[in-house]
Amino acid sequence: MTTLILAEHDGKTLNEATAKALTAAKALGAPVHILVAGHSISAVAAAATRLDGVAKVLSADAESLAHQLAEPLAALVVSLAGGYDAIVAAATSTGKNTLPRVAALLDVMQVSEVSKVLAPDTFERPIYAGNAIETVQATGKLVLTIRISAFTATGEGANAQVETVSVPADPGTSQWLGAELSASVRPELAGARVVVSGGRALGSAEQFEAVLAPLADKLNAAIGASRAAVDAGYAANDMQVGQTGKVVAPELYIAIGISGAIQHLAGMKDSRIVVAINKDADAPIFQVADFGLVGDLFTLVPELVKALD
Amino acid sequence: MKILVPVKRVVDANVKIRVKPDGSGVDTANVKMSMNPFDENALEEALRLREAGTATEVVIVTVGSEKSAETLRAGLAMGADRAIHVKTEAPRIEPLAVAKVLKAVIASEAPDLVILGKQAIDDDNNQTGQMLSALLGWPQATFASKIVIGAGTIDVTREVDGGHETLRLALPALVTADLRLNEPRYASLPNIMKAKKKPLDETSPETLGVDIAPRLTVLKTTEPAGRTAGIIVASAEELAAKLKQAGVL
Ligand SMILES: Cc1cc2nc3c(=O)[nH]c(=O)nc-3n(C[C@H](O)[C@H](O)[C@H](O)COP(=O)(O)OP(=O)(O)OC[C@H]3O[C@@H](n4cnc5c(N)ncnc54)[C@H](O)[C@@H]3O)c2cc1C
Ligand SMILES: Nc1ncnc2c1ncn2[C@@H]1O[C@H](COP(=O)(O)O)[C@@H](O)[C@H]1O
Repeated sequence: MTTLILAEHDGKTLNEATAKALTAAKALGAPVHILVAGHSISAVAAAATRLDGVAKVLSADAESLAHQLAEPLAALVVSLAGGYDAIVAAATSTGKNTLPRVAALLDVMQVSEVSKVLAPDTFERPIYAGNAIETVQATGKLVLTIRISAFTATGEGANAQVETVSVPADPGTSQWLGAELSASVRPELAGARVVVSGGRALGSAEQFEAVLAPLADKLNAAIGASRAAVDAGYAANDMQVGQTGKVVAPELYIAIGISGAIQHLAGMKDSRIVVAINKDADAPIFQVADFGLVGDLFTLVPELVKALD
Repeated sequence: MKILVPVKRVVDANVKIRVKPDGSGVDTANVKMSMNPFDENALEEALRLREAGTATEVVIVTVGSEKSAETLRAGLAMGADRAIHVKTEAPRIEPLAVAKVLKAVIASEAPDLVILGKQAIDDDNNQTGQMLSALLGWPQATFASKIVIGAGTIDVTREVDGGHETLRLALPALVTADLRLNEPRYASLPNIMKAKKKPLDETSPETLGVDIAPRLTVLKTTEPAGRTAGIIVASAEELAAKLKQAGVL
């Protein structure tokens, strides 16, 4: 009985999502191995060896894995699957892209977005944008993606060995052409302690930045956005919080000029403290807010920045 | 080029669902049902490719109950050329089973491109496209926000955690649509009338030789721990003081 975790990384550093998936994986009760797949990934593999409770790190280093394309990555995981009873990945864009392929090739159903491990074969997962929680039981080999906002990260303290594994030939039917990744000096949205999010009310990309940045700077917060703000081009797609964007559960979530549609709430309602700033006292966001401030955000947000001095 | 678009009938995105008190599931009786929003994006993209002369035929397919024929009619009214209804009254059809049924449909339809939604908004599984692509041995590009067809290839821009990336896939290929791929059209009244005469073929998982028995057991469905509304503060100063008190700063 062993569990394999597919590590989340960008080729240089191990993403905290891996340590969160590890917490969920350990609850299955079996020894855990971490698979680091990529190209020139020795630093990532070394970081994985330190995660507390990891028995072994598998390193799969090949050019075909450099961009985490689903076909070669899934083929690699399937080639190793015989030795494992459970295959786990964080529900990141890479995990969501790859693991259902693995599940289909193993002829098992994946359990998506596990938010709680009740028993080694029984899990909770949100459905209907988090408006219902399903308890599901699986038989046979497990393939799980983990909702990382629902688990704390495992700390360091181990010193596992790295074992090199061979990489199956790449089918070569897809090719990576390029990426446009957002560079931000702010904390990563998925793991930030404080998130400041803006909605359609911000009105333009310039105002989105001008109003939210001083508050985010003051709180060392990540900046998020509603879908309406992203669709309108005020914010980048990777800032979207919600059913179709990222799911976050920070200590403090401040929703500014966001109405609180169920699809938005799906991405933030497990935050510890929610603050809403909205000029409409009947906006649904106030129904989930611990503290509400009714009024014009263009005067209230600068006032809040000042009050936090 | 022929494009296949699998569409699912789901509870409308604007409905506030109710969990049955006995834990047996979500109440879907007498609630508004619609085509899964992401599938509208998938279909819209296929229709645009046909209108641009790149595609010659757009076929939609659903796996579901008698009533999911409504979703096919809605897709035909949007502009699909024909529809295939894989009829089953099974209460729960998992993505793995849907993927197997779709694979069987693809064996006879032989499309060059399959565009699905990235996720069904009822079960939020986000699996079917990836599974189907694996079963077919085709390349995939999920969470698409832009598609450009080349010579025997397709370039797809994907929304990923860090931003965007672009892949080139050899056709035949599979794409799953994100919401920003396009703005789906509404069906006009004349097109709704015309849709009634478009071909809608019926088959079943049994006829296709696919076992759709679920692999997972749903033990219960419950309501999430709700949040309750807190307090309205009078000023930014009061808010700052409350946040200090709450220890979150
Ligand atoms: C399938 C599907 C998936 C979706 N996924 C997501 C998702 O992942 N994330 C997401 O966010 N949405 C998602 N949506 C969209 C969602 O339904 C809403 O349309 C969206 O969240 C609305 O964004 P908003 O609150 O910024 O805009 P609006 O609903 O327009 O709200 C703007 C708010 O700003 C307030 N306001 C205006 N001016 C001011 C001012 N000067 N000062 C203070 N307040 C002001 C208004 O009172 C209003 O409440 C999805 C929808 C569908 C159908
Ligand atoms: N029963 C079904 N019939 C046809 N297509 C489906 C069905 N279920 C899922 N799909 C397709 O698969 C996509 C992803 O669904 P899911 O994997 O369930 O989140 C949907 O957006 C549809 O395009």
